Order: sequence, then structure tokens, then C-alpha cells
Amino acid sequence: MTTDGIHERLKAVFGDDVGPLSEAKMDAFALVKKERIVEVCRFLKTEPGLELEFLEDETAVDWPKRNVIEIVYHLLSYRHRHGIVLKVELDRAAPVITTVETVWKTANWFEREIYDLFGVDFTGHPDLRRLLLPDDWVGHPLRKDYQDAGGWHGISSFRENPLVELRRLDEVRRAEAAKLNPPPPPSPPPAAPPAAGPAVPPAKA
Amino acid sequence: MTAAAAKKHDRTPRIGANPRGVVLGTLAIGLGLPSALFAAVLVLSPVTKPFMIDAFIRNVLGQDPATFGYRNLLYGLSVAILAFVLINFGAIVSGMTVWWEMRVSSRMQSRVGYNRVGAGGFFQWVADAVKLLLKEDLIPAEADQLLFRASPYFVLTGFALTFVALPFGESLIAADLNVGIFYLIAVTALVVVGILLAGWSSNSKWALFGGMRSAAQVISYEIPAGIAIMIPVLMAGSLSMQDIIRAQGPWPWQWFLFTNPASLVAFLVFFISQLAEGNRTPFDLPEAESELVAGYLSEYSSFRFALFFLVEFGNLWVMAAIAVTLFLGGWQVPFAGPELFAELKGTGGMPGLGWWALQIVSMGVFALKTLFVLNLIVWVRWTLPRIRVDQMMVLCWKYLVPFAFVAFVATLLWQILLVQVPVARPVTGFALVGATAVVAAFFIRQTRRNIAAAGDRVDLTNW
Amino acid sequence: MEKLILRRVGMDHPDSEEMILNFGPQHPSTHGVINFIVETDGEVLKKAVPDVGYLHRSIEKIGEGVAYPGFMPYTDRVDYVAAMFANEGYALAIERLLKIDAPPRAHWLRAISGELVRIASHLVSVGTMAMDIGAFTPMLHGIRERETINDLIEELCGARLTYNYHRIGGVAFDAPNGWRDRVLKFLDHFDAFLVEFDRLISFNEIYIRRLANVAVIPGALAIDYGLVGPNLRGSGVDWDLRRDLPYGPWALPEFREKVKWSVPVGTGFMGTPGDCYDRYYIRCLEMKESSRIARQALESLPEGEVMAKVPRKIKPEAGEALGRVESARGELAYYVVCDGTEKAYRLRARTGSFTAMGIIEDISPGLMVADLVALIASLDVVAPEIDR
Repeated sequence: MTTDGIHERLKAVFGDDVGPLSEAKMDAFALVKKERIVEVCRFLKTEPGLELEFLEDETAVDWPKRNVIEIVYHLLSYRHRHGIVLKVELDRAAPVITTVETVWKTANWFEREIYDLFGVDFTGHPDLRRLLLPDDWVGHPLRKDYQDAGGWHGISSFRENPLVELRRLDEVRRAEAAKLNPPPPPSPPPAAPPAAGPAVPPAKA
Repeated sequence: MTAAAAKKHDRTPRIGANPRGVVLGTLAIGLGLPSALFAAVLVLSPVTKPFMIDAFIRNVLGQDPATFGYRNLLYGLSVAILAFVLINFGAIVSGMTVWWEMRVSSRMQSRVGYNRVGAGGFFQWVADAVKLLLKEDLIPAEADQLLFRASPYFVLTGFALTFVALPFGESLIAADLNVGIFYLIAVTALVVVGILLAGWSSNSKWALFGGMRSAAQVISYEIPAGIAIMIPVLMAGSLSMQDIIRAQGPWPWQWFLFTNPASLVAFLVFFISQLAEGNRTPFDLPEAESELVAGYLSEYSSFRFALFFLVEFGNLWVMAAIAVTLFLGGWQVPFAGPELFAELKGTGGMPGLGWWALQIVSMGVFALKTLFVLNLIVWVRWTLPRIRVDQMMVLCWKYLVPFAFVAFVATLLWQILLVQVPVARPVTGFALVGATAVVAAFFIRQTRRNIAAAGDRVDLTNW
Repeated sequence: MEKLILRRVGMDHPDSEEMILNFGPQHPSTHGVINFIVETDGEVLKKAVPDVGYLHRSIEKIGEGVAYPGFMPYTDRVDYVAAMFANEGYALAIERLLKIDAPPRAHWLRAISGELVRIASHLVSVGTMAMDIGAFTPMLHGIRERETINDLIEELCGARLTYNYHRIGGVAFDAPNGWRDRVLKFLDHFDAFLVEFDRLISFNEIYIRRLANVAVIPGALAIDYGLVGPNLRGSGVDWDLRRDLPYGPWALPEFREKVKWSVPVGTGFMGTPGDCYDRYYIRCLEMKESSRIARQALESLPEGEVMAKVPRKIKPEAGEALGRVESARGELAYYVVCDGTEKAYRLRARTGSFTAMGIIEDISPGLMVADLVALIASLDVVAPEIDR
């Protein structure tokens, strides 16, 4: 069955809660109302003929200009070799959605990652805590307006340009060396300085 | 710089092209050092007996032994020297076992292996020992201070004490105890105390895991080992190491391994049990590197770690030596029966040069056989994976112990049979040697076929 | 700071009596820096909770900051053990957005280099698995073979581990002179090596005892938890992207005609279907199939260019695409959202190891510590794929 076919079956059951199928640029997707997402997913998983039993990916995209965070679900069926992409739009100020972990267990870690990196709250999730970042990290990095706090527990996360930094270190070192060995007082130059060009390496080597 | 000077300054190491000096030096020390130690054991072990000391006092010092004030001091001194030599022997042998194991493993794994320190990397273990000595000695703050420090010494004691009763040659045994083998089993059990202490006192959960596993393993496998040891004891009628060897003969069909079908089974049970006692793969759960990092050794560093390592590798030698004594005929030299030894010894005073020469030969035979069994242990380690704790317990209690018991009962019946039919002994000997030779031939042929099928060839020149 | 993860193992109150251990993050047998909080009752686990994030390098955020072609080296680091596939997935996604297709020779080279890298990755996987079970030798034999593959790939693209070989529109370099014959010679040797390897470890009694019937994952559970690749096939599900949802070279009719191969599926070779041994042996069989594929592809390598005509500045029109490949670890999919500029708006890498970690917590109760090691090894997780 093609994606259009799946979409038609969805529309037949859920009516307006499932939006129209977008243009295929390059993957077509359908918007779903966030209150019905769990039922839609369960329908897609269990309905004979559809049986999209594999949640290929669940991720989020941050659209600050539209003030939404989209949760994107890529579904695939091994048996029928068809798939569909669903999207749910959440309010950016307070993104909350029910978990689909009850439908596919894969969603457990996907949603933890979304929580970690986007700050979306999944109601009903058995273990919603940060996955990749430490527990006491502040902020949600994959959001477009994320400001790096500059460090974590004293470990800085900014580093100046190495060229600038190394030059600065050279200056520091030179200043310290000058302090330790004060330059000798200027003495009258010798009468006939020998040809003192750059040191000539001994002829042997 | 001229070409000649450049070549002289060129210190690029060429792999496989050792300067002759290094090769000769390595050979000299590599063969010389153990020979010197063997020689020291050779000379000292018959000499440090009370009657010899008395003879020394009488003949050399011209004093009467009974009233000589320093007699006890001389006894003590001679024993101390022998002990020193034996412990050194143990340490050196342990180091060389490390070398052999690493060499074999590198060849099996298609690697070059040690090749820097001495020809063939022979002195790498010296370098490793020095490195370990120079490391920082870390003792975790939460560890039990006294036990943490004490546990390597339990292990070392258990290891060193075994050398007292190992028969290196016909008269080359520090103490021919009449409970020789029993003493050895008892003393090697000290090692498990040390391991448990090490695991416990480290106050680290992983170390504790290792210690518990090891305790369970070693204690369990004492049982089949003990029963398997009873079989040569039964056949020889004595617990003394020298008696057991003397009850066998120099030729393979006279070894206990082949003169009794049940003792073949017993050897296998014994071998497996000794692998387990020595924490060797496939039974190296206590130090399963991929699970517990180093198990009970995790918190040890520097010299304490070196002691554990020394004991682990030295134990290979001890295991192999005991196996050789019990099943493979010990130091028995072909063509040289006990009459030859007695004849060469002569009467009174010091024995003649021929006797000493024969002792050296018997020591060589013992060393060769031990090295063969040692190689077997090393070979098994680098081929087989590790078994799991519960599988290890099942193997011990459900398979090895029953087999050992059956072999024991079979030996009892066999001994009775031998009384009736004495010819059964050489017949079985020849039959089993023949069967083993056929199996070995098949094995070699199949190995060659496998290697050829893989498109490879055997290259024995690659040293 | 109280670690929230400890609540999962019942250690959140001071007088709990469980024995809680840290298995990692530095550990010889976790494949990369992964930590497990393990709650044990003696040797038997009550629960093993993975604690990941030690290798998080925010590659997805970086993808929003670099231009499309410039992101290719970063994809190597998404899975550095089988980096070709990571390259290929990304290239496919962008090619779909640009509506261009690589020339045939590029497709063939993609397939060949991919299969060689699959062999290399599986050698590491089965080798380290054997080492975790305690047999040290097979790993070194595998690494020895892998060295040859590394050398061959180095001839092809200049790198031994992080290849940066694929480009949007094709591949970067053509095969050098004589490379084809060298690879064919290697493949001849490799087929014999596989037989020897099997004899060394795959059919070893102790090895089978350690792996058979351990950590059985039935097919339906595997799909539900999102396992992919050899893990999925080891559980009995007959699915391979190259055959079932073909992409790139696998979709070309000429390629399909010239290259015939089969998909190994776990049937309980030595125990139950879906146990650790199945997942292990599937990888051995896949190596054989990869060798077959590479050989046939090399023998039918067409002439031509290796790179399509691609605009200088890659600026796909606004849209989104999913590019998926069958990597050594399963399905590796890149979801790229573009907004018409030179840089991606959102770049997501969905990896096989990520979902494989999710199943460990639920399968682990009742296993022994040694079985946990076997499970992690059989799932072939690599830290960079999990954390990105």
C-alpha cells in the first residue's frame, strides 16, 4: 500500500484529526492532532492491512518562527513494506504530549532523548529523565534559542581560538622569563665585532 | 656526515635482525641462569641433609658433630640457603614461564610478540618486574590495611612451600616427605586464602566478586583433584613423591598414565582441576579481564601485584611438575634403572662424578616433561573461551567428581586384577601408548589439513 | 548530586541493601564508554540500567551549523566502526532532496566499499565478542584480516577508519589501478579464513554453552523495541533494507541482476532463535555474504564517472527527507529537514545501537553478570552511535 493509501484509511477512521497529506518534498507527512496521537498510532500498528509495527524514528524539530515544536514519527511496516510520516505540533512555550511508549516500546528512549534535548514533556512515560546529558544540565540544547551556559561544574565549554591562545601564552612565558633573568645592563659594543650572522652549523653534520 | 659514520650512528631497530651479541647474550643468560639455579638445587639438595652436614663437620672442620656448638647454626644456615635458592628458582621459573606463554600466545595470535628486550624478548619479564617495582604502591584508603598488605604473602607462601617437595631429580628433592603429595595439596590451598583475603580487603565490589568466585572455584575443584591424586597413590602404595616416581618406569608404557585405563581418566580430571585451581582459562573467572577487569587483583599495584603475578605463573610450573610426577614418570631416565643409580652412588662419603652426571640427566628429563605439560596448559589458555560460574560448578560437581570416583573404584579393582594377572600392566601400557600415538597422528594430520585448507602453511622457522 | 538513575535500581534511600555496581564507563567489554548500573543478587542480576551520554558530541547540533558538504566528515564519527554507511546514508538523504542520482560506477563503488567495511565491522564485532567471552585469539585473527581491509580502503580513499569517502552525488575517488585485483585476492583468502575462524571459535563447545539460550529476544519483541540489522535478523525477522526497501546501488536493476546474495536469518542455530549465539552467528554468515557481494560487484564494475554534476553551493529547496542504509549495525537513517539555506535546519541520525540499548534494561533481569557481557557484545553496540 502506498502512503496515500494509508492516509486514506487513517482519514476514514479519524476524520479531521488527521490533516491532509503534504506534498512529497521529498517525504510526505500528515499532521495529527496531539490529543489523538496515541489512538492513531495504535490503529496504525494493529489494523490488519496496515500493521506499521516498527517505529523507525521519533524525533522533534524546533520551529521558533512558527512557535511550535514538531514531533515527527516515522513508521514502517516490515510485513507490507509501506510507511508513513506523522507529525504533531506542540506549543513551544509548554510542549506536552502523551507518550506512545504504550504502543511501541522503542519510543521509550526516543522520547527520553527528545525530553533531554528539546524539553518536551511526555505524560505517561515510565522513566522520563535525561538520557545523553547529565541530570543537572540546564537547558535543552537542540532548541534554536539554546544559550550555552559556558560550563558545567567548573569545566568551561568555551575555548578561545588556538592561534590567539598560543600567542598569548608565548607572551606570558616571555614576560615571566624576562622577570627571572633581567636583561644585562647595556655595555659599550666591542671594537670589531666578528661576522656574527646567524649561527652557522658545524661543517660536519 | 660520511656514509660510514651515518651507518654507525644509525640505531634504527631492524625487526628480526638481532645483532649477534644480543642473541648470544640472551642464550647465555637464558640457558645459563636456570642451569645455574638447577645446579645449585642439584648440589644443595643432597648436601643439606643432616648426615651430610655431620660428615662436613667431621671431615672438614675436624670437630665431633655431637658436641660442635655451631651444628644447629650450620643446619639452619644450610636450610636457609636451600630455601633461598628454591625461592629464587621459583621466581626465575615463573618469569621464564611468562616468557614462554607470551611467546606461544603471540604466535598463536599471528603477532610478532616480544622482540625487544633480549633475543626473542627473553628478558621482558625482567623489565616488567623492574617496572612493577618502580610503580607507586597504592593502597585504597577504604581497604583493610593489614589484610590488604598480608594477602600477597599468603599466596607467595603457598607457592614457595611447594618447592620443598618437588622432585627435580633422583636425589634432588629438598625434603622427601613421606606425605609428599598430601603436603603439596595442603600447601597449595593456602593460595585460596590469599585470594579471598585480597578480594575482601580491597573493599571494592568487583574485587569481592573475583574473590568469591575464586574461593568457590578453588575449593570445589580440590575435591576432584584430591580423588584423582589418590589413583597414582594407590598404584604406587605411598604418598611420597619419590616413591610414586620410583613405582613408575622410564618408558611411556611404564608411566602411570598408560598402565591403567582409569588413570587416563584420572589424568584428565586432574589436569582440568589443576587448571581451575590455578585460575587458568577456561577457568579464569576470578580474573576475567573482560568482566571484572582484574577481579581480586583490581586494587593491587606495584610489587604486590607482581607477587600475585609471579605466583600465578609459577603455579603453572608447580601444576605441571605435580602432573609429571604423578602420571608421567617424573625424572625416570630411559635405560637407567635404580640399580644404575645405586651402583654409581657407591658407598660412603661423596658419590662419584657419574652419579652427579646421572642426576643432571634425570633433572633434564624432569624439566623436559614439565615443560611439555606446561606448554599444554598455555596452549589451552589461548584457545578456549571462559566458562561461566554456574557452568563451572556444574562441571565440577556433576561431571568431574563422579568421573573421579568411578576411576578410583576402577583403580581399586585394577590393583586387585594386577595381583592375579601381572601381565595386564605392560599389555595395557603398550595398548594405551599405541592408541595415544594413533590419536596424536590423526590430530597432526587433521591440523595440517586444516592449515592447508586455509591457504596457509606451517612455518617453524619464524622465531 | 544525586543521580536520578539510581532510582531505577532501588537505591534512592539510604538503607537499601542491594548490591549496586558500576559496570563501566571504562571497562574492557562495554563497547566504548557506556556505563551500566547493575543491581545484583550474588551473581544474578536483578536489573542492569544503561547510563549513556559519555560520548555525546552534539553532532546533530553541529549539523545545523555546517554546510551540507561540510558535514560529511562528521558522519564518519556517528559510527566510526563502519563509517562508510554513515557517509552513504547522509549522501543518500541529500541526494534525495536535490533529486540527483549518482552515476552507476559510483553506486558500484559504494556497494563494494560498503561491503568491505561491513566485513571489517563484523570482524571487530565477533572478535570482541569472543574476547569478552574469554577467547583472546579469535579477535587477533579478525584484526589481522581487518588490517588488510583497512589497507585496501586506504588505497581507495586515504583513510583507515573515518573515510569521508562518499560525496553528495557520488564518491570522492575512483578505485586505483590494480585495486580490484587486490580486493579479489583478499576475498579469496578471506573465504578460507572464515572457515578457519568458524572452526576456531564458532563451534567451540564452551563458546556455544556461553551463548546459546542466553538473553533470548523473540522476533515480536525485537520489532517492538526497534532492534535492527543483525540483531533483528538474529531474532528470526527476515528483513534487510538492501533487499526489501532497496536504495542506491541495490535499487539498480543491473546491480540486482549481477549480484546475487541471500539474507541470513536466525533460526536457533545452536539453541533458541533470538539468543546470543544467533546474533553472533548471523554476523559470521553476513561476512560470507558480504564477501560474495563484493566479489560479484567487483567483477561487474562498470566504467564511468564517479561523481554526478552537483551544484557548487548545495541549497536544496525546503523540504525533508529520510535516507536509510543497511549499516553493519542495522538501519542507519538520516532525517534531514532543510529550509532552503546552505545549512540543514535539522539533521537527525537514527542509529541501530541506540534502540538496542533500550532493550537491555528489560531483558537483563535474571541474567548473570557474565551473560550481561555476552548480551552487550551480541547486540554489537558502539558508543558513538548511541550518543552521537
